Amino acid sequence: MADLTSNFIGISSPNPFWLASAPPTDKEYNVRRAFEAGWGGVVWKTLGEEGPPVVNVNGPRYGAIHGADRRLLGLNNIELITDRPLQQNLEEITRVKKDYPDRAIIVSLMVPCEEQPWKDILMAVKDTGADGVELNFGCPHGMAERGMGGAVGQVPEYIEMVTRWCKKHTKMPVIVKLTPNITDIRLPAEAALRGGADAVSLINTINSITSVDLDAMSPEPMIDGKGTHGGYCGPAVKPIALNMVAEIARNPETAKLPISGIGGVTTWRDAAEFMALGCGNVQVCTAVMTYGFKIVEEMISGLSQWMDEKGYTSIDDFVGMAVPNVTDWQYLNLNFITKAVIDPDACIKCGRCYAACEDTSHQAIEMSADRVFSVKDDECVACNLCVNVCPVEGCITMKEIPAGEIDERTGKPVEKAYGNWVDHPNNPGNSCASG
Amino acid sequence: MTNSPMTKGIASARLPIDSYTQNFADLHPPFDAHEAAVAADRCYFCYDAPCQEACPTDIDIPLFIRQISTGTPEAAALTIFEQNIMGGMCARVCPTETLCEEVCVRETAEGKPVKIGHLQRYATDTWMNKGTQPFERAPVTGKKIAVVGAGPAGLSCAHRLARLGHDVVVYDHREKAGGLNEFGIAAYKSVDGFAKREVDWLLSIGGITVENGKALGEDLSIEGLSAEYDAVFLAIGLGGVNALRADGEDMQGVEDAVDFIEGLRKADNKSTLAVGRNVVVIGGGMTAVDAAVQSKLLGAQNVTMVYRRGKDRMAASEFEQELATAKGVQIIYNAQPVALHGDGAVSAIEFEYTVQDGDQLNGTGETIKLPADQVFKAIGQTLIAPEGLTLDGRKIAVSETGQTSRKGVWAGGDCATGGDDLTVTAVAEGRDAAMDIHATLMA
Repeated sequence: MADLTSNFIGISSPNPFWLASAPPTDKEYNVRRAFEAGWGGVVWKTLGEEGPPVVNVNGPRYGAIHGADRRLLGLNNIELITDRPLQQNLEEITRVKKDYPDRAIIVSLMVPCEEQPWKDILMAVKDTGADGVELNFGCPHGMAERGMGGAVGQVPEYIEMVTRWCKKHTKMPVIVKLTPNITDIRLPAEAALRGGADAVSLINTINSITSVDLDAMSPEPMIDGKGTHGGYCGPAVKPIALNMVAEIARNPETAKLPISGIGGVTTWRDAAEFMALGCGNVQVCTAVMTYGFKIVEEMISGLSQWMDEKGYTSIDDFVGMAVPNVTDWQYLNLNFITKAVIDPDACIKCGRCYAACEDTSHQAIEMSADRVFSVKDDECVACNLCVNVCPVEGCITMKEIPAGEIDERTGKPVEKAYGNWVDHPNNPGNSCASG
Repeated sequence: MTNSPMTKGIASARLPIDSYTQNFADLHPPFDAHEAAVAADRCYFCYDAPCQEACPTDIDIPLFIRQISTGTPEAAALTIFEQNIMGGMCARVCPTETLCEEVCVRETAEGKPVKIGHLQRYATDTWMNKGTQPFERAPVTGKKIAVVGAGPAGLSCAHRLARLGHDVVVYDHREKAGGLNEFGIAAYKSVDGFAKREVDWLLSIGGITVENGKALGEDLSIEGLSAEYDAVFLAIGLGGVNALRADGEDMQGVEDAVDFIEGLRKADNKSTLAVGRNVVVIGGGMTAVDAAVQSKLLGAQNVTMVYRRGKDRMAASEFEQELATAKGVQIIYNAQPVALHGDGAVSAIEFEYTVQDGDQLNGTGETIKLPADQVFKAIGQTLIAPEGLTLDGRKIAVSETGQTSRKGVWAGGDCATGGDDLTVTAVAEGRDAAMDIHATLMA
């Protein structure tokens, strides 16, 4: 059986599945339950300064987006950092770490953007026995209005400055948690690296309003008739997170910077995808808030089975393996030609492929009087929409047309050679260069 | 309780009194909002949906299900009522397993169709529980139309005509409107006086007068109606019952299943209804199933349904057959009645086994004898043909839009040709005839 042991920037855990800094890791009680369930590590919910703790709203903190059968696809929250006293959290962290020495405990931190408060909190955390700290530069609501969290993460200079302070005042590994609420994720990652970060973790939640109460005319979640933007997470944000992770992983400046992947990780497969794009481990939150801690059993068994099937013996065998295949659009092979193929035996004749193609795409699907659907190769541009809307997995597939065969749409043979936009005759840049 | 299922002969109160309420409760309890949401989620919103094609009233099923799933069951109800004003009853009695749900792509995919009938009921109940009429009448046209028969075809036609601004008088030979919706379906398919409520609700559009106790051929004639009205729509159903043509058919204890079913519909207290210890139902359609199942529910000890042909030819759907057997009815296929035995009252019935040879059904000579205190005949109803109209086989010949051979006279529902004898077909035919009458009168 594959070895799932993880060593992330020197922090070991029995598996690469950590719980992200969030409500599930706010207290000793929850964290003990998580470790009993099998989680490899936790990032303890963000601690703030010594003194009276922050207060949370007393109305709803979460809003949600649902798919079919009320499957939770996206969750948004307006909860702040821990609202329990600092000392209590520190005592609990100490106790739990002592009882679970093999599990990773990282402490998330957020204090005002001055050196002294950061120095103080790092000193406070030092004696807990925690394995590292994570700097919360991401929370987009509430704390950002006070100049912390996402307000820091949106300014690369601040990220670098605070990271540098932290590296100066602690020997623990420092992970910088990044906000996705920026235009180019590479800049904050580079700033973290310049500041000396041992790793980055991403993504934090995305600014969002999940829905509007059309009776009260207020955003949800609604507090006494008003709402505010909150942080969006869950399966819906996974594609955004994967892209940001990949951008950092393939950026030469940050290519060696370890990444802890966060954003909609729900199954072992999600985790494997993040890791294939360069994450040393993953952090999970919404999935456990939806299904409870037990899902880690599926994540462990699933990743293990897949690794065995692939012949990977340790997670390092596949971390980052997909990174070289992330490229720019301009380098995609324009001579690679596929056509949709509908398997008539698997087809249940719903006609969704037809409606999608006929109404919104390329009129490349034919529907017979007895509801047999087939692809018109002379119209199909291989857009994949039919594959995406078909309710039966594997019913419609994309078949590669081998080099030398005629593409019925263009009437030309498929070229064997790789050819991209850079060298394409229609590219004005190319014309200029060659002309 | 003095009687039990084993009490000999025909007797009432065979069961504890509570059992009747339980036995005749809603066959399919309605969906609550959660169940409806879960069921609606399963619809794929097919292109040119097969379910809609299969619906005799052409209800836009994917649209109404999407309307349910987006929290607007009232809009869903309007989508249904626009095509089928008796969508509420059809949701209860349609053999969906042989119509919309049979062709649902999820039936193809998983053997479990979207519960279209239940969803239709959810939508229509939501609307009808508010009691309001969904449609307004067009300005009054001054045209007057006679409808004969207050069953689904007649009422559907009347509603559409009234909606178009015509004035309608509906005649019915019974003392209560509703036709087979009221009197002809199993009690557990339409509970709590739904048929009556639906009729009252349908009539609330205005412009429709119902005259009960008036029968064609007795109080009314086509001649007279044609003279008095601008158009006539006949929806008189099938008033006659086929005979067994077996010895002893007139013995005591031998009844028409439709009368038994009507009696059940009329009885408020089912424990007062007498049923045999050994009941035999002859026939293979929905009426036979309804009679057999309800005999069992009334406390008969043994109920046997006997059909002269094979299972594959049975008119009652697979679902109906399974319902019957699940309730404890035994079904014997390939046996035809030859004689009833008894001394004044029936005590046994004799059948001969049959084999199908192409279209020909032949007796094998081998017979069986079943004990029977009560025999229900459910071998089909026949048209009592009105004078002066061309027939096609045993029904009134009509065009696609319901025109009969006589100018100004339309017909639809079970009495006319075209389609199966189903509530939903009757509603479609009534509606389509109304549109044609309207087009003809306003031309």
